[in-house]
Amino acid sequence: MKPPAFDYARPATLPEAFAALLGTEGAMALGGGQSLLPMLGLRVAAPSLLVDLARLPGLREVTETAARIRIGAGVTHAAIEDGVVADPSRGMLRRVAAGIAYRAVRNFGTIGGAVALADPAADWPACLLALDAVAIIAGPDGERRLPLEALLLGAYTTALEAGEILLGFDVPRLGAASRWGWCKLARKQGAYADSIGAVVLPGDGAPPRIVLGATTSRPALLPHAAAALARGEAGATLRDALLGDIEAAEPDADSYRRRCHLATVQRAIAQATSA
Amino acid sequence: MTRINLTLNGRAQHREVEPRQTLADFLRDGCDLTGTHLGCEHGACGACTVLIDGLPARSCIHLAVRADGCDVRSIEGLRDDPLTVLLRRHFHEAHALQCGYCTPGMLVTARDILRRFPAPDEATIRRELAGQICRCTGYVGIVEAIRRAGAELANQPS
Ligand SMILES: Cc1cc2nc3c(=O)[nH]c(=O)nc-3n(C[C@H](O)[C@H](O)[C@H](O)COP(=O)(O)OP(=O)(O)OC[C@H]3O[C@@H](n4cnc5c(N)ncnc54)[C@H](O)[C@@H]3O)c2cc1C
Ligand code: FES
Ligand code: FES
Repeated sequence: MKPPAFDYARPATLPEAFAALLGTEGAMALGGGQSLLPMLGLRVAAPSLLVDLARLPGLREVTETAARIRIGAGVTHAAIEDGVVADPSRGMLRRVAAGIAYRAVRNFGTIGGAVALADPAADWPACLLALDAVAIIAGPDGERRLPLEALLLGAYTTALEAGEILLGFDVPRLGAASRWGWCKLARKQGAYADSIGAVVLPGDGAPPRIVLGATTSRPALLPHAAAALARGEAGATLRDALLGDIEAAEPDADSYRRRCHLATVQRAIAQATSA
Repeated sequence: MTRINLTLNGRAQHREVEPRQTLADFLRDGCDLTGTHLGCEHGACGACTVLIDGLPARSCIHLAVRADGCDVRSIEGLRDDPLTVLLRRHFHEAHALQCGYCTPGMLVTARDILRRFPAPDEATIRRELAGQICRCTGYVGIVEAIRRAGAELANQPS
């Protein structure tokens, strides 16, 4: 469990970071290191150069507008858990952060690193997808924005191009009439999820967003269930819509996993719709 | 090799490290601070937990080069820390250790729990200890020691 040899750079500006990432074959970005270091130890990653993003300006910033809050990619899970950064989601981000790993990991692991890695069982991708967040991405040719559903392509696969760096996420503010639900099923507190149900009812006329996380691929929006919920369906009709969506999201799931998925999403819906 | 300047257990240190070296190996092999224990070496067991700028950190998944400019405190540097002294007494009295392998990480984590949760109840302690694995005690003594230390703190006139 010792990392292989690599070089290390800690650029102070974005252009220097792009140059380092693109100028060296096999270079990788280093966020909080809380996934990358275990991967190095297990030798499933073998970068020639680690480009430490810790000194880049702005990555830890949080900025607010009337409609959205931008959370920097370098903001740690612990900072969100403690509420030291503004929360656009009326408590959902804080709740999700507190359930990720353990405090010593949350002190250093970042929201951007978790999304860039796109571990299928990770919490942030499912949560940010449910919140309809938009990723802000910087590359040598400038910035671009991608909604989470366009960024997340599959297990450990995102639309980030070589050399691109996640700067942060624009998260819409939930209004006073909004509701959310979050249910993470894991073997123990802090472990990666076996299943995640995430529900956001924006409450401003916008349709509900229902997400199933911890599939074998990327987190999935459940469209038929969302439509059923919007029509006010419950009981067997909603359950059938959920089962269809779960089947589409993870066709290979065995009956145990299907039951887990159904349970987490149903619990998240119950939480979001309870008085 | 990369030069790093850090404060280690209260003293300034100037060292050369290889980028691949973890903070845990730097402490144990480079500084002879073997109180930092290694169990899983991938962030799961908590034996290697130290403080970086006052925050608990897994030293096995932290690069030593990143400690440049930081204040690092291992269990050796907490000898006279009042909270740790209190916890040590309660660990002793509640039989919170057997082999002691997990204890340095337990103490660092317990200290953080008491700083974030005044007089924590058993459920809080168990939730916050989820990332610290002990193979000997069955946790009952550890949880009780932290609970008693928190209760004693809460009863102290401030
Ligand atoms: C014991 C343990 C338990 C855990 N449990 C959970 C859990 O329950 N749920 C969960 O969601 N996570 C869990 N994690 C993972 C944790 O949340 C990590 O913090 C996270 O996955 C990665 O974030 P990081 O900042 O540490 O990124 P790093 O480990 O530094 O990087 C991860 C990947 O993202 C890339 N990257 C990092 N930052 C950027 C950026 N700004 N732009 C572009 N690419 C970037 C890196 O190149 C690398 O490929 C756990 C980790 C451990 C060690
Ligand atoms: S040795 Fe670091 S967490 Fe297990
Ligand atoms: S006392 Fe032996 S591992 Fe905890």
